[in-house]
Amino acid sequence: MAQVKMTVNGKAVSAPAEGRMLLSTYLREALGMTGTHVGCDTGQCGVCAVHVDGKLVKSCNMFAAEAEGAEVTTVEGMANEDGSLGAIQQAFQDHHGLQCGFCTPGMVMAASALLKVNSKPTEAEVRAHLSGNLCRCTGYHNIVKAIMAASGQDVAVAAE
Amino acid sequence: MADGGIGAPNKRREDIRFLTGKGNYTDDMNKRGQAYVAFARSQVAHGTLKGVDTSAAQEMPGVVRVFTGADFAEVGGIPCGWQITDKHGEVMQEPAHPVLAQGKVRHVGDAFAAVVAETAEQARDAAEAIEADIDELPAVVDMKAALADGAPKVHDDLTSNLCYDWGFVEENKGAVEEAFKNAAHVTTLDLVNNRLVANPMEPRVAIGDYDSSSGDSTLFTTSQNPHVIRLLMGAFVLGIPEHKLRVVAPDVGGGFGSKIFHYAEEAFCTFAAKAIDRPVKWTSSRSEAFITDAHGRDHVTTIQLALDKDNNFTALRTDTHANMGAYLSTFAPSVPTWLHGTLMAGNYKTPLIYVNVKAVFTNTVPVDAYRGAGRPEATYQLERVISKAALELGVDPIALRRQNFITEFPYATPVAVEYDTGDYVATMDKLEEIADLAGFEKRAAASKAKGKLRGLGVNCYIEACGIAPSNLVGQLGARAGLYESATVRVNATGGLVVMTGSHSHGQGHETAFPQVIAEMIGIDPSMVEIVHGDTANTPMGMGTYGSRSLAVGGSAMFKATEKIIAKAKKIAAHLMEAAEGDVELANGEFSVAGTDKSVAWGDVTLAAYVPHNYPLEDIEPGLEETAFYDPANFTYPSGAYACEVEVDPDTGKVTIEAFAAADDFGNIVNPMIVDGQVHGGIGQGIGQALLEGAVYDEDGQLLNGSFMDYAMPRADDLPFYTVDHSCQTPCTHNPLGVKGCGEAGAIGSPPAVVNAVVDALRRGGSDITHIDMPLTPSRVWAAMQK
Ligand code: FES
Ligand code: FES
Repeated sequence: MAQVKMTVNGKAVSAPAEGRMLLSTYLREALGMTGTHVGCDTGQCGVCAVHVDGKLVKSCNMFAAEAEGAEVTTVEGMANEDGSLGAIQQAFQDHHGLQCGFCTPGMVMAASALLKVNSKPTEAEVRAHLSGNLCRCTGYHNIVKAIMAASGQDVAVAAE
Repeated sequence: MADGGIGAPNKRREDIRFLTGKGNYTDDMNKRGQAYVAFARSQVAHGTLKGVDTSAAQEMPGVVRVFTGADFAEVGGIPCGWQITDKHGEVMQEPAHPVLAQGKVRHVGDAFAAVVAETAEQARDAAEAIEADIDELPAVVDMKAALADGAPKVHDDLTSNLCYDWGFVEENKGAVEEAFKNAAHVTTLDLVNNRLVANPMEPRVAIGDYDSSSGDSTLFTTSQNPHVIRLLMGAFVLGIPEHKLRVVAPDVGGGFGSKIFHYAEEAFCTFAAKAIDRPVKWTSSRSEAFITDAHGRDHVTTIQLALDKDNNFTALRTDTHANMGAYLSTFAPSVPTWLHGTLMAGNYKTPLIYVNVKAVFTNTVPVDAYRGAGRPEATYQLERVISKAALELGVDPIALRRQNFITEFPYATPVAVEYDTGDYVATMDKLEEIADLAGFEKRAAASKAKGKLRGLGVNCYIEACGIAPSNLVGQLGARAGLYESATVRVNATGGLVVMTGSHSHGQGHETAFPQVIAEMIGIDPSMVEIVHGDTANTPMGMGTYGSRSLAVGGSAMFKATEKIIAKAKKIAAHLMEAAEGDVELANGEFSVAGTDKSVAWGDVTLAAYVPHNYPLEDIEPGLEETAFYDPANFTYPSGAYACEVEVDPDTGKVTIEAFAAADDFGNIVNPMIVDGQVHGGIGQGIGQALLEGAVYDEDGQLLNGSFMDYAMPRADDLPFYTVDHSCQTPCTHNPLGVKGCGEAGAIGSPPAVVNAVVDALRRGGSDITHIDMPLTPSRVWAAMQK
């Protein structure tokens, strides 16, 4: 089995991976980083979302070998240096943007990808951007609210 | 209110681990030496299983062992937890449900063999190499066809595909018919409550583990009620006594009912772990979830409402076919009966009601409770028929509802339940305010100017939560008690641990439950820790479903804490040399009324564990109490919902423009969490109304068995919701006065959406009175062409 190397959350990692091993499996099983979840087998739910070389990617839609040499960021890499919640994570807690937490890693990664390219998204832009991420618990209300709050917008008006 | 106590919108402490990737879901666990399972599942809906050839699979790399139905010949089948007695006094037909199919396969996804291998991939590869010799039989999918003479039988040993024919209240039947004869107006509505797939985002997972040195089995599973699984699987399937079986449900990624039930895969992994003396893990794929997780709803109903000349409701009659699927899932028989028929009075003083339900076996996945379970079905038909009656009579649908509201409590309905409290006028008033119903016509005109049809749908709901008085449900056929338990352990330095039988899979118990104790003792909630989900360290409890956690589990915790406080007061009295009756507890301090004597909470708890100065002759050291709480009645949350839609007349596409919910949940412990529960329920209800629906073809193939074709609601399908729970009529029979809020949104929202779309089309000139869910563009467009 070939050894696959990449950088995950700033750390160089290396682990054996069968050719058909998905990046999601590599993260969860080969590296034991279980923050990234798996919720479907057709690439529709987004709970597995990570960043690969800065781009939002569904890690179940990519072979581990395709990420050879890449810079990967997962939800485990989203906290501040001191371990406190990062701005997006904090907004999710402040606005009750999660219930069971299973979709949450994907939501946080999707939100962060959006805010990198659009620092003040409208409600419609946030909703459109989340079209690849399913949540069954929240009805999305507080997720949208949290993302808008993380972008520094006053959501009290939008969401009450 | 204590700081952060009852009523405070405390942020959730569990969020920290979920937001940082440190959650501990079942699939995140791997056990040393673990092997993996893959099931071989039937691709046909119905067939005679003549043989299973595992020889090729046995030889494949990494295969440890292959199991078939024969391996399970000596163990029990998956039990059903509720027995219904039909209208003739006969008990329901109850088929066997083997862990792995024997003799026949009965739905697509029915497992007939399983491979245990070194890796998940090897297990899957080998499962594909298993050859089943199946003689395909014609499938029954449609419920009415399944009941026709000569229909193929799902279970050959049963007399027919009819599980039961339930009449409720049978004694009222004649009087109901009489009332219909005398009615000034009768409204009849045929409708379908579409079949749904719960689809919690976390698929099911089971890990069986066996310790051959002690003979102990452990099952790690994605369950809403680990104690129930332990009892069902231990006692009825595998014959393992509770003290040799531990069931752990760690972080669980949503359930919505689908993780209540005991599934064959759980029994398989526990059994196989012992058989091969290694941990055995199964992780469901989403495709597998679609064909193995119990589905929800799937009722076909005719409802009739009788009114007198003044538009008072005089009688209600409903006739429902309810799909059970191929086997009886754990609580399936109770859903269309006791959780449905007893709610048919809704918020209205209809004096006479008769409910008939025929439960039917078909070659489809078993159907069981899904968020709301029976109550959404009751609410949908009742609220839809009232709106249709308003159309037929040319009266305002809100006025018609208001006129028939129950206004005096307690109120004994003609369908066996007694509502303790409620104020339906208040929630409707609140709804009119928060939804700005007065401004609707203006908004409708604005939509029209854009070429869109705007519609308004309003309805009420009532639900029965906090299931349930054990003696009552016992009479109704439940094979379990439905109390809840809590052990409250106070540590020497004053912190508390609550071991609860309730289970959190998104509801935020770790945050909300401590608020209750913080309030009672007057301490910071951070001093209280919640332990749940493990039969090894929680008292026997029935778990979380039916919006029961706070009403039943919270009440058990309240009672245990009362015992703690009573004992602590005795200790405090001793320390202060005062009479016990004079001791008061406030703000974490015991004091003696009218004196300056006081002793801190922490001093009393320390004395309990270091009993040097202690009334040892009267009480034992230590401070730990357990309570079991068995509710005296159900709780009855209620509310009024409004939906505004826009319909594009060219395409039939519906968009939700506004959604408002005015709920009465009684007292509220954490309003932020309550809001979230309502949001999520509404999201699922709108999903049912506009998007979702499991579709089987006539051969019993599930046509939309993945997220590619089963339309889950996405962020851009849904609006922001306006929710309000300021109308509060506290429950009268539980100590917290709480009613439950987990299912309301899913119960109240589907009729609001359908009412709104019908209203929009009629405003566009159509005379349509009903469209079946889901209201997809093609259905709406077709309805407009009529
Ligand atoms: S697990 Fe990757 S999209 Fe569903
Ligand atoms: S929080 Fe449970 S799926 Fe989103």
